[in-house]
Amino acid sequence: MWINPEDLTVTQWQVLNEAGELVREAPSLGHRQLLEVYRYMVIARAYDERAMRLQRQGRIGTYAPFSGQEAAQIGSAYALERSDWMFPSYREAPALWVHGAPLEYSLLYTMGHVFGARLPEGVHAFPVQIIIAGQATHVMGSAWASTYLEDKRVSLCYLGDGATSQGDFHESLNFASVLKLPAIYFIQNNQWAISLPRSHQTGSATFAQKGLAYGIPGVQVDGNDVLAVYQVTMEAVRRAREGKGPSLIEAVTYRNGPHTTSDDPNRYRSQAEVESWKQKDPIVRLRRYLTGLQIWDDEREQALWQEAAQVIEQVVAKAEGVPKGTLAESFDYVYATPTPRLQEQWATLERGR
Amino acid sequence: MPLMNMVEAINSALRLEMERDPSMLIIGEDVGRAGGVFRVTDGLQAQFGNRRVVDTPLAESAIVGAAVGLAARGLRPVAEVQFLGFIYETMDQMASQAARMRFRTAGRIHLPMVVRSPYGGGVRTPELHSDSLEGLFVHTPGIKVVMPSSPYDAKGLLLSAIRDPDPVLYLEPMRLYRAFKEEVPDGEYTVELGKAKVVAEGDDLTLITWGAAAPVATAAAAEWRDKQGGSVEVIDLRTVAPMDEEAIVRSVAKTGRVLIVHEAVKSGGVGAEVAALVSEKCMLSLLAPILRVTGYDTPYPAFAVEEDWLPNKQRIFKAMQELLSYR
Ligand SMILES: Cc1ncc(C[n+]2csc(CCOP(=O)(O)OP(=O)(O)O)c2C)c(N)n1
Ligand SMILES: [Mg+2]
Repeated sequence: MWINPEDLTVTQWQVLNEAGELVREAPSLGHRQLLEVYRYMVIARAYDERAMRLQRQGRIGTYAPFSGQEAAQIGSAYALERSDWMFPSYREAPALWVHGAPLEYSLLYTMGHVFGARLPEGVHAFPVQIIIAGQATHVMGSAWASTYLEDKRVSLCYLGDGATSQGDFHESLNFASVLKLPAIYFIQNNQWAISLPRSHQTGSATFAQKGLAYGIPGVQVDGNDVLAVYQVTMEAVRRAREGKGPSLIEAVTYRNGPHTTSDDPNRYRSQAEVESWKQKDPIVRLRRYLTGLQIWDDEREQALWQEAAQVIEQVVAKAEGVPKGTLAESFDYVYATPTPRLQEQWATLERGR
Repeated sequence: MPLMNMVEAINSALRLEMERDPSMLIIGEDVGRAGGVFRVTDGLQAQFGNRRVVDTPLAESAIVGAAVGLAARGLRPVAEVQFLGFIYETMDQMASQAARMRFRTAGRIHLPMVVRSPYGGGVRTPELHSDSLEGLFVHTPGIKVVMPSSPYDAKGLLLSAIRDPDPVLYLEPMRLYRAFKEEVPDGEYTVELGKAKVVAEGDDLTLITWGAAAPVATAAAAEWRDKQGGSVEVIDLRTVAPMDEEAIVRSVAKTGRVLIVHEAVKSGGVGAEVAALVSEKCMLSLLAPILRVTGYDTPYPAFAVEEDWLPNKQRIFKAMQELLSYR
């Protein structure tokens, strides 16, 4: 019998509707945790807005904004233990932050700092990945290490919709399934890969089903619903820890801003589309829910945005205060021991030739 | 004659050849609707439609592999790899597949395809966007490697590359995309592959350069002439595979002193190949050791320090000084 893609139906998982009302049972997060998640989201948004301005002022380099994707990133990262491993792309400052890398590290990276890709000791994450889907294979190797070491840790990678077109993604899914690894493939389908809409990227009805051919369960979740994202990621984490193998999550979300500060989205998408997604804003949705629970109001909202501005001010000051590294220093990190040739070049560099 | 920058010159070459040759098509990420991340293919999809200017899914290996299949079937694909740092994704298709097809099939199948890619530093890009990787392909028999440094050459060389019967890697220095304009004919013309250009004539020293480094080296040589007197011959190779051996030998026989300036890392770079060539073909003309000013032997660094890494005027002056005072 032929199997046809049309026979498959995928229903999107949602916990909060756009009005911020529960459509099914909420995950077991206490008020303190809900407020913490909300704080992460608001401060992340403030960071993003500030970073866009810093770029225009020439204080940082090319910047890839994540506004619109806060729920997808923070909801998923919040489901991990700090001992789990995270493999981000270049748009995941909020996820890295939730996972323990202070925001100033993300800023340093965009400043083109010599040590901008060196995250602090103890943060179980790889730095920014520039090569699309390269991290998809690393997450699998890391998950493999966990089964070998029997350490019960989970490895999660972030991928874009565009990244699912790369061979690395598919090869990794296959490995993870064959070896039954505790890996999570978290796809943020933000509708665009630079100028290409999802219809140019895949003939599949969803990205959620991409794992099926490899024997990997998948789910499509409303990526602007932080509770739903948290819930499905918790489920994937549980499966991984129990030795049940990899999972794939498609979070349906939207990139509010340009691809990067070098991009002009008006060349390929309509303002109407951008506006329509604003109605689904992840921060607004959680705020409505918190207000409904009567643990949030305008006063607290204002205070939080003020706090956010202060936090970001400190982040910027910290990043800009890090001594400007030198090229000569980076010569120490090509090999464990610099080769004679590097030492010679280092000497001429120091002498100014 | 109109003035064009390099982006306009490349765009003009693509447009003219698309008009002339219905078997040509352009494929790659964001090349269609958006006109490429640097606008190099701007307006081409509007003019030629989305069958001939194709926005592909995000997969470089498949893009180059597709070009192999298309070219084998008599079409002329011009594929874009968005930045040269991403060419590693295609190494099997470039080196094991495209480069060897004519050789393996003893001429039965050949591949008239071009892979275009921007490269080079000095424009504050994130990691892996600035690397000069021509050396990988000069070490890959079966592929030609073209590296223009001016709008005029860019257009003429691209038209030659597209019409060439073999795979050509065509590298576009990002920093020069809009750096300057020069007179470029509106219509078609070709610049022959494998022919260097003598940018400046001189008797005391031969400076051999190409691609992104060429304007830096040329300007340094000019300033040296103005300030120190003496005359430096500057050769822009324009194509690094095949290399214009005759132009190199002719010049070195005259000057006896050789400085090579390129942006790629030093070890195993194309500069080493040029130096070997000089010692094989005209060693007895040499009056001094052959020197190189290049990138250092590290990965391309973070942009905060890239200017210290790139070959610059000071390093070129020092090397010229050393060569000219060598006795
Ligand atoms: C191997 C490789 N090819 C191309 C690029 C250039 N590039 C950077 S981001 C991008 C689109 C990625 O889209 P998606 O995976 O959906 O992630 P998003 O940017 O939407 O977060 C492209 C083509 C790259 N960085 N690496
Ligand atoms: Mg995307």
